[in-house]
Order: sequence, then structure tokens, then C-alpha cells
Amino acid sequence: MEAFSRVPMAAFENVGFAYHSLEGETAVLQNISFTVRKGEFLSVVGPSGCGKSTILSLIAGLLEPETGSIFFPACEDESKKVNIGYMLQRDQLFEWRTVLQNVTLGLEIRRKKTKEARKKLEEMLEKYGLGKFKDARPSQLSGGMRQRAALIRTLALEPELLLLDEPFSALDYQTRLSVGDDIGTIIEKEKKTAVLVTHDLGEAISLGTRVLVLSGRPARILADMPLEFPEDLTPLEKRNTAVFQEYFQKIWKELKKDEQ
Amino acid sequence: MNSKQDLTAQQRFLRTHRRNRRMVCLIRLICLGAFLGLWEWASDTGRINGFIFSSPSQIAECFWNMAKDRSIFLHVGVTLGETLVSFFLAVLIGLGAALLLWSVKSVARVLEPYLVVLNSLPKSALAPLLIVWLGANTRTIIVVGVSLAVFGTVLNLYTGFCQVDQEQIKLIYTLGGTKRQVLSKVIVPSTVPLLLSVMKVDIGLSLVGVVIGEFLAARAGLGYLIIYGSQVFQLNLVMMSIIVLCVIALALYQIVALVEKRLISR
Repeated sequence: MEAFSRVPMAAFENVGFAYHSLEGETAVLQNISFTVRKGEFLSVVGPSGCGKSTILSLIAGLLEPETGSIFFPACEDESKKVNIGYMLQRDQLFEWRTVLQNVTLGLEIRRKKTKEARKKLEEMLEKYGLGKFKDARPSQLSGGMRQRAALIRTLALEPELLLLDEPFSALDYQTRLSVGDDIGTIIEKEKKTAVLVTHDLGEAISLGTRVLVLSGRPARILADMPLEFPEDLTPLEKRNTAVFQEYFQKIWKELKKDEQ
Repeated sequence: MNSKQDLTAQQRFLRTHRRNRRMVCLIRLICLGAFLGLWEWASDTGRINGFIFSSPSQIAECFWNMAKDRSIFLHVGVTLGETLVSFFLAVLIGLGAALLLWSVKSVARVLEPYLVVLNSLPKSALAPLLIVWLGANTRTIIVVGVSLAVFGTVLNLYTGFCQVDQEQIKLIYTLGGTKRQVLSKVIVPSTVPLLLSVMKVDIGLSLVGVVIGEFLAARAGLGYLIIYGSQVFQLNLVMMSIIVLCVIALALYQIVALVEKRLISR
């Protein structure tokens, strides 16, 4: 557990954000401040539509905060971004590419598609059970395999910070548990820092090392909870512990309190 | 009887399927034969005026004579050549314009009503004007052919580009891509099926446009033959040209459909 240091990776300072349309303004984030530290797996939970995904888009730089600021203390030049990998809700594997070509998409875009990089990805596909499918089309993969392929595509760019936007929400419950387990383990093995956004409390607790609880829109931070589990449990095993239940109740109460 | 029971359900299904397909083909041929036979008979016995309505045998004879002196090949060649040139021009210009509209949204927003008007305008109305402007020559014919197909191509492709899943586009941005890469990695490859179905429509429209152009401004080609034939009251020639046009239209469509099948099943 001491593996993760206190080194901050990305920080929000009083960030506010609203969407604008002709019908009016929708405030989604209000005065959000928190820090993601190196090596940690931060789960962000909150009711649907509270602006969780917006947080990820802000970190990734796809959106700019309206008020406040976001910075990356891990970079020498703080205004610059760390290398970020973003995993979207649906896998978005392209049917007109093979699995291997899908996985190398990021490298192609950043013009880093070298022989070595390709070889490394092939090894990774092999390691995570997709070796036989590298020349298959995405439609030939199961839902879980597709998510793994999407994760490998994200990891291909060797991001320092991984953003996961409800990456399991499109899967059925059983697949979801096992893929969550898989992906949690892969991320731990590859020693990545990650921010997971989800509305599934169980997922947030079993995967995370810390949970950020958000209120309904416009989102405020209701609680910031570090999670302590007996060491070396997989996400699936964590679900069977007593501590898991405690955390679950605690977060549930926070969310309920906010509803009223 | 025994052997029939030995067949598996799948084999029986396949056999019925094949039999049905053969039946459909057969009935089609019978329909065609009956139609031609009736026509020939009515014309021979004077129930319809053979001078005005022609007859299958007269049409065949007309074709044979023109094939012998090779003049039909000239006319088919001219029409085919003009159609292919306007088809490729329409697809290229249409694709280029649609890409431009997608890349510069503000241009698209400004131009949209004009495109809609141009698309729904009957382009044959423009043909006489084009002849005055461009002269009675092959260039005019090709421009008419292009004008018929190009606006629909632009609108359809642009709409298709806009309907590409926003999340797929977001993926490219999350991987650090630019707008150009969105275009080359997502928009274009994901709309290949659309492009092919647009091409299927375009090949027909180009042919229509070329024939309209030939009506007005040609010295050769099937459209010219039709107009010429009707003016000198040689309706055999008119009918024969129409039938050759049918065959050309079918053949061109099938070629594009074949290309489509090849590319999509890959």
C-alpha cells in the first residue's frame, strides 16, 4: 500500500463548469477542488447526470473550466498536461479495423507506430488473452474482450494518468464483475494512476483506493474517503469483505442525505 | 420417397429454396416471352400499328443492321463514355464538397438552403441554358450529367458525415488527434458504405443527365438516336435505343453493386 506516494498528479482548484444552450445554462460543477496522487485509483461516484464525466473531459483538456483552474504538478511545466489515457463508456472499436489495428490507433495518431511499439502491443494482447484475435474484427469479440482491447488501446500510449468513464456500463452484470476484476488487476499490474467515474457504488469501492462522492447537479464534493482493504485482494474478493459493506453504507448514506 | 426422408431438414430447406429461386426465374422469363410474343403477334396481325409501335423483330433487325455497319457501337460508346466521365466527376466533386462542408461548418450552415434548392430543382430545366452558355458539345452533355448527380451526392454525404457517432470522434481527440485525423481515421472510413450506395444512385442519374444532354446537344449517342429517330419517324430506332439504354443502365448499376459487395464484405 505504500507503493503510492503523496506526489500529486493532477489538481482541481475551485473548478466550476456549466453547459450552455439556447434553453439556458446548466451548471454542472461548482467549486470542485481535489487532487489525484500518483499511484492511486480514485473512484468518483455520484447520481446520474451530476457531471462526473465532465470532470474527466476537463482533466483530458477536451473542455476548459469556466472558473478555477486545473494543473498538473507532476509536470516540470505545470501548465502542461501529463500524458493522459481516456477510456470511454463504450469501447468504440472500429469495425473497419482489425483488433491489432484498433489497438495501434493511438500510436498512428501520434505518429509513434514503430516496430517495437507494435511488438509490445502484440505481447500485451497475448498477455491479456487476445493474442489469437489480433487479426479478428471487433464484432467477433465478446463484450469483455472488447473492453480489454479498448484498455490496451488506451495503455498503448503509456499514459501516466488513466481516465475511465463508466467503462463497464454497457456490459451485462456478470461480464461487468469479471471485466472490472480484469481491468482493475491490469491497471494495478501496469502501476498506473487512474480516475474512475461510475454510478455503481460497488464498482467504485472494489476498484478504488479512494472514493470521491459527488452531490446531484450542480455537483459539490460530499465526501473524500480513502479506502483501506486487507492487502492483495482482487476487486472481486474485496466485495466479500466486511469493510466493503461498511464503505458501501457510508457512501449510500452520504448520497441519501444529499437527496433530501 | 425414401430418399426424400433421408434428407436432413437443412437439405430440405436448401432444396425448397433453390426450387423457389428457379421458379421465380422461370416465371420472369415466361412474362418477358409472353410480352414479346403478344407484341409481335399484335403488330403482325395489324391489331396495333407496327409503324408507330414497332415490333420485337423489327427492333432486332434494326439492331442487327446497325451492328453490322458498326454505327451502334459508336453511339453506345459515346453515351457510355460521357456517362462514366460525369459519374466520376460527380462523385469526386460531391465528395470533395461534402468534406469541405464538414470541415468548415459555417460554410455548410450558409450554403445549406441553396444546396437543397439546387438538389430539388429539375436539372433538365437547366439544360437549354447550359447549351447557350457552353455550346452544343460534349462538354455540355457532361455538365448536365454531373449537375443531375452532384447536389444529391453532396447533401447525402454531408448528412452522413454529420451522423457519425460523436463518441467515435471524441475517441480520436482523447488519443490526441486533430480534426484532420478525425476526418481520415473516422469520418471517411465509417462512411464508405454510404459512399458506395450514393455511387449506385449516381451512376443512374449520370446516365439520365447524359441522355437529356444528348437530346439537346449531340451529334452521336443514344439520346441523339432517340431524338433523331423520332424526328424522322423511325420508331424502330427509338425503341432499339431505349432497350440498349436499359441494358446499359442495368450493367452499370450491377458493376457498382459488385464493387460495393467486394469492398464491404472484406
